[in-house]
Amino acid sequence: MPKNPAALLAAVLVLAAPAARADDSMLARSLAATCANCHGTRGQALGDMKPLAGVSAEKILAQLADFKSGAQPATIMHQIAKGYSDDQLRLVAAYFAAQPAAK
Amino acid sequence: MTPHDPVSRRRLLVAGASLGALSLAGCATPASGPSIGRVVVVGGGFGGATAAHYLRLWGGNVDVTLVDRNPGFISCPISNLVVGGFRQLSDITRGYDGLKAAGVRVVQGEVVAIDASARTVRLAGGQVLAYDRLVVSPGVDFIGDAIGGLATPAAQAKILHAWKAGAQTVALHRQLADMRDGGVYAISIPKAPYRCPPGPYERACTVAAYLKQAKPRSKVLVLDANPEVQSKKALFEKAFKDRYDGLLEYRPNAELKEVEAAGGVARLEFEDVKADVLNVVPPQRAGEIARSAGLVNVNARWVGVNWLTMESTAVPGVHVLGDATFPAPGMPKSGHMANQHAKVAAAAIVQLLKGEAVNAAPVVTNTCYSFVSASEVIHVASVHQYDAAEKTFKTVPGSGGVSAAASAAEGRYALSWAQNIWADTLALRA
Repeated sequence: MPKNPAALLAAVLVLAAPAARADDSMLARSLAATCANCHGTRGQALGDMKPLAGVSAEKILAQLADFKSGAQPATIMHQIAKGYSDDQLRLVAAYFAAQPAAK
Repeated sequence: MTPHDPVSRRRLLVAGASLGALSLAGCATPASGPSIGRVVVVGGGFGGATAAHYLRLWGGNVDVTLVDRNPGFISCPISNLVVGGFRQLSDITRGYDGLKAAGVRVVQGEVVAIDASARTVRLAGGQVLAYDRLVVSPGVDFIGDAIGGLATPAAQAKILHAWKAGAQTVALHRQLADMRDGGVYAISIPKAPYRCPPGPYERACTVAAYLKQAKPRSKVLVLDANPEVQSKKALFEKAFKDRYDGLLEYRPNAELKEVEAAGGVARLEFEDVKADVLNVVPPQRAGEIARSAGLVNVNARWVGVNWLTMESTAVPGVHVLGDATFPAPGMPKSGHMANQHAKVAAAAIVQLLKGEAVNAAPVVTNTCYSFVSASEVIHVASVHQYDAAEKTFKTVPGSGGVSAAASAAEGRYALSWAQNIWADTLALRA
């Protein structure tokens, strides 16, 4: 059993596309960078926005699932979360979990 | 110039040498190993500044030079609060020191020519910068002859656009502050596409909020060349009716043909409208440097790009970002989107410089917050995934949307969004 099935799956999916060679860490950082406009570069948010850096992947994924399902009321995240596949969200969550929290 | 011109070759070599030295000196965390390439970024707005930041963040040892004509960054988002007098210009102004600390060489200057075959750009002062990859993020310029009577300096001094944040943003508020109670403020909106689809309607609201409080007998007249409100339609219509009934009048299909600046007259197709403060947002196209460099290849206004790399479909080696591009379906001309374009470009450029394949499945998002009063806000959001079959970005069905209603909570989010996107764009710590 691979250590990180989500990452392996994503890598397989990417490699299935003809032009894809970028490894999943680069895919993950690019996906996570789509969140940075609100949640800060590398998830180190400023002001009232929720920091993501250093938060466990399980916690981030649970919140995203609740946004997607509507269990967690939101102003905007329910609309954003639905734009990503579950595989993409797993890469994003793993990326943020690995970042140092802002001081 | 040509690559065979000995004078230019010498200048090129000198420029290249000094670039390398300065980049190293300005680099806070010197990367190990030799540079993998030189990237020049033209334009330090949301697109260009983000590209410079992320090229350093992801490229490590990429030499990055950012050229902008201004000494610092002034944000168009939040600038309608300055027009309404609820914020100062200093609140939306930030410097390039964060980018410098991240190892970007920042040059204040005007790029006047791009030589894509020699891979150089020339600045107004004659300085030449050599590149391996060029990023052009010029924003929009106004189509000068689109509206009659607006070409003279006297007309432009009186009839402001304030559609590029800066001195005009402050000057427009000054015009409103000087206007008599009972005066008319009219804003002319061009046919889409233009920069920031909800922006004109937000401005109508922040000006109305100011007048309602300071000069309640006044009037806001929205002259829209489009048949309807172009973004967050129901929410803006509700704001117009619930908050500014009797103060704000919205007129669709009201395309401005001509102005008579001295008298403050806006000539529409069938009538003349007189305004004490006439605010004209003219029709737009890609910034001038994109035109002169031969990058404009869609509708004689916009730049076509390869969405996997943001590389121009007209000129190889040149990546174009933001408002200047011909957008994918449902993709707005916004600062948020320019920031997202920049990250696609930065990731691709690093790969291209290394000779490796680029990300085949990029994603971009958009969020635009609009103030309907000094503190209450509505949003529109979208997520765009790359479609390999159609070679474009497509909005994801079921994702995105608008606010349920205007709220002060989203007002706080809007200001936090600004704080975070400015920091992400400019490599600021706070």
